[in-house]
Amino acid sequence: MATTVSMTVNGKAVKGDVEARTLLVQFLREHLGLTGTHVGCDTSQCGACVVHVDGNSVKSCTLLAVQAEGAQVTTIEGLANGNELHPMQAAFREHHGLQCGFCTPGMVMSAVDLAKKVKNPSEQQIRHWLEGNICRCTGYHNIVKAIKAGATAMQGGQS
Amino acid sequence: MSGDGIGAAVRRKEDARFLRGRGNYTDDINRPGQLYAYILRSPHAHADLGAIDTSKAKRAPGVVAVFTGADLAADNVGGLPCGWLIKNKDGSPMVEPPHPVLAQGRVRHVGDPVAVVIAESRNQAKDAAEQISVSYKELPAITDAAEAIKPGKPQLFEAAKNNLCYDWHIGEKDAVDAALKKAAHVTRIDIVNNRLVPNAMEPRSAIGEYDRGTGEYTLYTTSQNPHVIRLLMGAFVLHLPEHKLKVVAPDVGGGFGSKIYHYAEEAFVTWASAKVGKPVKWTAERSESFISDAQGRDHVTHAELALDKDGKFLALKVSTVANMGGYLSTFAPAIPTYLYATLLAGTYTTPAVYCEVKAVFTNTVPVDAYRGAGRPEATYVVERIVETAAREMKIDPAELRRRNYVPKNAYPYQTPVALQYDSGDYFTTLDMALKAADYAGFEKRRQEAAKHGKLRGIGLASYIEACGIAPSAVAGALGARAGLYETAEVRVHPTGSITMYTGTHSHGQGHETTFAQLISDRLGVPIEQIEVVHGDTSKIPFGMGTYGSRSLAVGGSALVKAMDKIVNKGKKIAAHLLEAAEADIEFKDGKFTVAGTDRSKAFGEIAFAAYVPHNYPIETVEPGLDETAFYDPKNFTFPSGTHVAEVEIDRDTGAVHVVGFAAADDFGRIINPLIVEGQVHGGLAQGIGQALCENTVYNDDGQLVTGSYMDYCMPRADNLPSFSVATNVTLCTHNPLGVKGCGEAGAIGAPAAIMNAVVNALAPLGVKDLAMPATPERVWRAIHGGQRQAAD
Amino acid sequence: MYNFNYHRPSSLADAAKTVQSAEEGKLVAGGMTLIPTLKQRLARPSDLVDLARIAELKGIKKDGNSIVIGAMTKHAEVAASDVVKGAIPGLADLAGHIGDPAVRNRGTIGGSIANNDPAADYPSAVVALNATVITNKRKIAADDFFKGMFETALEPGEIITAVQFPIPEKSAYMKFPNPASRYAIVGVFVAKTGSGTRVGVTGAGPSVFRQKEMEAALAKSFAPDAVANIKVSASGLNGDIHASPEYRAHLVTVMAKRAVAAAK
Repeated sequence: MATTVSMTVNGKAVKGDVEARTLLVQFLREHLGLTGTHVGCDTSQCGACVVHVDGNSVKSCTLLAVQAEGAQVTTIEGLANGNELHPMQAAFREHHGLQCGFCTPGMVMSAVDLAKKVKNPSEQQIRHWLEGNICRCTGYHNIVKAIKAGATAMQGGQS
Repeated sequence: MSGDGIGAAVRRKEDARFLRGRGNYTDDINRPGQLYAYILRSPHAHADLGAIDTSKAKRAPGVVAVFTGADLAADNVGGLPCGWLIKNKDGSPMVEPPHPVLAQGRVRHVGDPVAVVIAESRNQAKDAAEQISVSYKELPAITDAAEAIKPGKPQLFEAAKNNLCYDWHIGEKDAVDAALKKAAHVTRIDIVNNRLVPNAMEPRSAIGEYDRGTGEYTLYTTSQNPHVIRLLMGAFVLHLPEHKLKVVAPDVGGGFGSKIYHYAEEAFVTWASAKVGKPVKWTAERSESFISDAQGRDHVTHAELALDKDGKFLALKVSTVANMGGYLSTFAPAIPTYLYATLLAGTYTTPAVYCEVKAVFTNTVPVDAYRGAGRPEATYVVERIVETAAREMKIDPAELRRRNYVPKNAYPYQTPVALQYDSGDYFTTLDMALKAADYAGFEKRRQEAAKHGKLRGIGLASYIEACGIAPSAVAGALGARAGLYETAEVRVHPTGSITMYTGTHSHGQGHETTFAQLISDRLGVPIEQIEVVHGDTSKIPFGMGTYGSRSLAVGGSALVKAMDKIVNKGKKIAAHLLEAAEADIEFKDGKFTVAGTDRSKAFGEIAFAAYVPHNYPIETVEPGLDETAFYDPKNFTFPSGTHVAEVEIDRDTGAVHVVGFAAADDFGRIINPLIVEGQVHGGLAQGIGQALCENTVYNDDGQLVTGSYMDYCMPRADNLPSFSVATNVTLCTHNPLGVKGCGEAGAIGAPAAIMNAVVNALAPLGVKDLAMPATPERVWRAIHGGQRQAAD
Repeated sequence: MYNFNYHRPSSLADAAKTVQSAEEGKLVAGGMTLIPTLKQRLARPSDLVDLARIAELKGIKKDGNSIVIGAMTKHAEVAASDVVKGAIPGLADLAGHIGDPAVRNRGTIGGSIANNDPAADYPSAVVALNATVITNKRKIAADDFFKGMFETALEPGEIITAVQFPIPEKSAYMKFPNPASRYAIVGVFVAKTGSGTRVGVTGAGPSVFRQKEMEAALAKSFAPDAVANIKVSASGLNGDIHASPEYRAHLVTVMAKRAVAAAK
């Protein structure tokens, strides 16, 4: 009962035979070996699996791979420009916005989406935006700081 | 000394891989030919286990094998061991019932593993598990510990009458009773420390792999202490010698205690990999984590504090019932005893303290250490009763604390409950926290809030914790079945770069950076040339892992000892090369120098000489530059501090909003302030979570009602404020770095500070107490009940 | 998740045919409720019919004195729409507070109301704004659409194509979220039009309902004080570990009062 699915992931055309029930996150992790996208819950709340589909942040655990047929998908692995970290990644490092690193890929992908949609987000806007991203390590304090700085850096044309 | 040494806010080395999605967590690992295990778990809290029919499941597509407890028993697989023996008041040992890897005869909590399907894919394993038919004879369940010890309740184990695991005590009961009798004032409280689910964001995972050629087993697992897992699983469960068993804990996505313990799944996948001849992977789904990861807290406590007319504490008497859950998890018995009752003196000179603890089995997930482990529970008791006493005696809560703090010149200070505090200064951290919180300006803010219909409250908590676990001899005398030292190996390579092997484990703490800073500071090697390796028993000499804020105090001290050896050997080599006496060689800033001259050899030159010993004191010094040290601490370390919380309550809805949080902590010497602050922030979030939203609810049938993030409230970014954190330094007197540990402090101080603030906000309405978590409805009801009381 | 056959029709007619001819067909819009349900193995459809590629289900437009939102329009699109923000700011605000950003980037208005989760946000707006649900077969008035917990007037094979919202004079939505799931414990949508005021309540009961006592009071005086002292009966309301029926009843009044104050 395999279905062929094809999409563009991090700029590369990819293709795979999957069961219809395969989630996008399973396709990324298990078929493409892109293990940077994580699974932290099974009720679509933690946000560790957030990737961009056609430019918007989505939870790849709540999307079938077949629903992403033909889509442009960006994962955490596709964010940096070669050796140079994306400004949001750099800001997370600078402001110690990560500890165990497990929620980090989803956090960063959510943050990049926010920065693209809201110019100079306030602390309150950032905290509200992160409703769908759970971190157990940082208490969010440094994540909020990092996103503020990352969003500013992205405005500087570095994204 | 380099710019990346002690005290520098070095950006973390490990971030480079985490930020790019290149971490290597257990579920990211895939072994050739790997199969997947799915665990069928009991849907009942308490039931006798009848026949298990696996025949249909075995024929399902992709299924390789199905195992039950009978298969493990037939193979003589042992039960999961408990690592700490507690003795009853009468000296008899606690009840220690068997804890099978897969249930034998009876299930004792929802989630108890019953059977395992191994298949070619996760979905196939899960599909097939639905084909297993299990005959359960349901039994009445009991989940509340205080209820479970009453007569006539459902019984979990024959050996544990009235479900009692142990009845333990510490302190001088007679002295405490006498003080309570003659006291000018006695404050009494009844409190519940709510059960929490640790919820590290990475669900547990384990891969077992058996090498037929060498007979060696490898277990990849989400563990905070791989050597302990190897020891427990090898010796007690699978009977495998350590030289044939390797345990790897790669990148681990948070632990908070829940990944200390040896779990059934680790033993199972290791055992099964040999049975099926292929690697076997198991990864928990979050809903499975909720019913299989050890949970935390769950105490019911009555406490009485005796005070003289000036508010001096005379005695504290505490009686606690602690829930152990359905089985004893690895360190469970130690948490409500030696990590709890010994902290009940707090930061105060209370001359007499007595505590008795009854540990109880219930039909719930086992309870063990969760961030803070016993110390948050102790702080909660002490700081809630102190604040209540202040309110009753109409003394300012900060002032009451000052009157009772251990004086600055009283160290070492012996408490009445076994511990000896080596250093501290509670007055300074209190003052720092009050200043940061603008305690003096609170009344104005309260009035301003009242104008907008809000209730505003402020609350304090001064905590102390015993960290740097632990002097092995002391722990052993108290029932520990392991030593609690730490190891470090410093391997200097021929070109002068360094690989350091530590027995601690980093699952968010940033050891790869902090330990590299220590090495850079001492040996003058740039941190880019230092690699810190942890989490692999085949590489690291030994280790007890990371918990109890011990990594730097114990593991860092082992590293200092290993570096001492490196420097001493380097001096010998340098003396030879520089044709000087060894006693004249000084090592500083990465150079071995003949004292008083400019003749020197760089660290790298000495390393090179050690590995290319052409011109070398070969008669007296071995080649190579690689040293290992074990460090066993002399005492616990005692981080302390004061947290001040400020809250605003919406009168209409009862919603509590944290508007300010100031923490002033004393962690001893700070190696990396950035990492230390991050640790405090995270601990605070967990403490605030416990106080305001996290709760673990079982219904009367023993079903976990809060079994997913739909019902278990994880603190989100919009629940929390920005924190004000600061540190004061008094050095630990007995370890070489003067460090105390910072990992748990936030979770220890915050719950009492928040609840004291909530009660402070509600006090004008007549509210005297409120249970955690202070959920909107609970607060709303208190407001209404309180208003009625005030009107009566 | 159990396996199923997956279909991606490009026309409404195809979609209707496919879902009806399947043994147990199920439509998937954004999938924000359905996929989690499937993951928990709480449903076992034989066939999943994905509406995402049907162009005629998308888009927001102003049509006379109403706003028409295509069924497959995402919450994020409604929240960001200048057309909606200009005409019914309360509706845009509601959409901007559903779930979280990633959910808003996938979840759709059609999916939300077809599912009729008792704690979903949109049904309160559909009812309070007296919207019309347009399907491939007919037009259904809001008051006739929501039938009970997870139940609607939709017939087998009937697919929502759009929702038509009359533009009110003023409206606002106030939600008290469940602290864990962030779904509405109580959400109240208040809409004032020339012909009166309607109050739609979600989260509190088994299905969205109108609070007619408040509507009557607000018809007389559209002010927070008009509803502040209305005591809602707890009878028949939902209760769980987060909120008892009594607390929910109380919150209906509080949220209504705040919605009236915020209405614009």
